Amino acid sequence: MDETDSRRNFLYIATGAFATVGGGLAAWPLIHQMNPAADVLALASTEVDLSPLAPGQSITVKWRGKPVFIRHRTPEEIELAQAADPDDLKDFQPDSERVQNPEWLIMVGVCTHLGCIPLGQKDTDAKGDWNGWFCPCHGSHYDTSGRIRKGPAPENLQIPEYVFLDETTVKIG
Amino acid sequence: MADSQDHEHNKMQLKGVMGWVEYRLPWVNLLNNAVGTNYPTPRNLNYWWNFGSLAGLALVIEILTGVVLNMHYVPTAEGAFASVERIMRDVNFGWLIRYVHANGASVFFAVIYLHMFRSFYYGSYKNPRELVWWLGLIIFFLMIITAFTGYVLPWGQMSFWAATVITNLASAVPVVGTDIVQWLWGDFSVGGSLLGRFNSLHYALPVAIVGVAVIHMWALHEHRSNNPLGIEVKGPQDTLPFHPYFTAKDLVGVGVFLLVLAGLVFYAPNILGEPDNYVPANPLQTPNHIVPEWYLLPFYAILRAVPDKLGGVIAMGGSIIILFAVPWLDTSKVRSAKFRPIYKQFFWLFVIDTLILGVVGANAPEGNWIIIGQLATFYYFFHFIVILPVLGWIESPKPLPDSISTSVLGDKKSPEPAE
Ligand code: HEM
Ligand code: FES
Repeated sequence: MDETDSRRNFLYIATGAFATVGGGLAAWPLIHQMNPAADVLALASTEVDLSPLAPGQSITVKWRGKPVFIRHRTPEEIELAQAADPDDLKDFQPDSERVQNPEWLIMVGVCTHLGCIPLGQKDTDAKGDWNGWFCPCHGSHYDTSGRIRKGPAPENLQIPEYVFLDETTVKIG
Repeated sequence: MADSQDHEHNKMQLKGVMGWVEYRLPWVNLLNNAVGTNYPTPRNLNYWWNFGSLAGLALVIEILTGVVLNMHYVPTAEGAFASVERIMRDVNFGWLIRYVHANGASVFFAVIYLHMFRSFYYGSYKNPRELVWWLGLIIFFLMIITAFTGYVLPWGQMSFWAATVITNLASAVPVVGTDIVQWLWGDFSVGGSLLGRFNSLHYALPVAIVGVAVIHMWALHEHRSNNPLGIEVKGPQDTLPFHPYFTAKDLVGVGVFLLVLAGLVFYAPNILGEPDNYVPANPLQTPNHIVPEWYLLPFYAILRAVPDKLGGVIAMGGSIIILFAVPWLDTSKVRSAKFRPIYKQFFWLFVIDTLILGVVGANAPEGNWIIIGQLATFYYFFHFIVILPVLGWIESPKPLPDSISTSVLGDKKSPEPAE
């Protein structure tokens, strides 16, 4: 290979490399524009008044476009949730890690399988084999702590960030 | 062109304005070479060769009706459902245009499936038409995305929950799954942001389909159509000019196609749809039973056959990807199932298998449907991975005829094609 050949090769490779990197950089804005925009990220949080909820009642509120399940758990439900055998849990998490106050279970009501809304918020709903929630889409059963017990869902129902502003007001997000 | 002498000879001699234009832009010549008297076509093509032109017609119908629908459609979470209702009730002939678009999509898929089964039966994907097959599969893939994004646009309950379940499939990807899903949504949930981009894609992808279809036909024209005997064209006695013989035959198909489409549009416009899609999207309530449109049911059944989330997604993707390997998985040198007594039976078993998958996909995954779905999914892959290669090795094909013309015309001397 003589001098001009190797110089030419160098130019080919250098030009090719620049074009590739440049193309990649130019593609990024086209890809990134699809990610949540600034106004979507700057989300307001949701405040909820819990005072009307008696033990055994639930409400669903909307946060970030998704349903959030808030349940005022009964003592039996709390006991069931705390007594769960760790070996039975597919996605192990003690109940104490899932609640700030055991009376109030607050979680994102979106099935961790493919995103359907599980049943169980209404008294008349099917609640599944663990008396918590049941996702009708592909049959996932969640317990009274919202943990996955049976079915295709891989994870427990997600817990959003929240703080109690006072005894009966919670701020989600 | 092999020799320009021949080329010049075959050129149409046009006079006047036509001649003036032709001299500068030889479009008559182009058409003549593509679908005219200068495109030799195997004389034995049967009606299974009609579905290509019908797919083209269906694509044109979808684009025309789609472009006008989009003049009235509002791609926002707040406005979409109401705008489709307005199309149905207030826009002049809106109901007709929407029903043609929605049922046209169904008929389009029916045509494409028949076109693909034709290729399986007659071995049309074999050497030298592998790229014709690949380009067709790319169109098929683009059609699936187009139809799925279109189904989301009316923003009914099925639209919303189909979008939710299908986009959530991406969350099965390890580590970056959630990021991908939020990238697809442009939000933390399915909403107006997703609807906007789906509308954009639903408009753009059919244009891409047109482009790929042109390349599909370019590749086809190089080696020209396969035929029911699956043997090579040996000379002019084996062919007829495309026009008028096959333009006429294609028009017969067009008539039947339009009758079927009109039958659906005027007598049963909602028979293939889901009543739940006339209920506005409600992000807080999932319908009891989520199903895709009929033409995607077999793939939905494969998705659910695997009890693992990621596994299901891989199986569904694999069921399409594997089609790309078919020209090599099918090891038989003989193209047409006519001369492959064993393959012919397995072909029909495969057809039945896909129909079973469709039925499974329409039913809730409970009881026997689960096991039937798993067996049918297993057989789908077994057909391609085991049956196709093994048959090619062990089957002894029937003797092939000497040529298309002797097979079609017997001992009669081949008549000269009409000029
Ligand atoms: C490959 C071609 C196409 C296919 C397979 C297809 C399929 C579909 C389907 C299945 C629907 C839902 C029907 C319903 O239940 O309402 C739909 C809706 C829609 N499509 Fe298309 N489409 C195609 C091309 C186009 C094009 C080119 C446009 C516009 C440029 C378009 C615009 C629309 C609009 C505005 C809707 C919503 C209105 C409605 O729901 O009827 N489509 N499409
Ligand atoms: S989405 Fe809940 S089980 Fe599949």
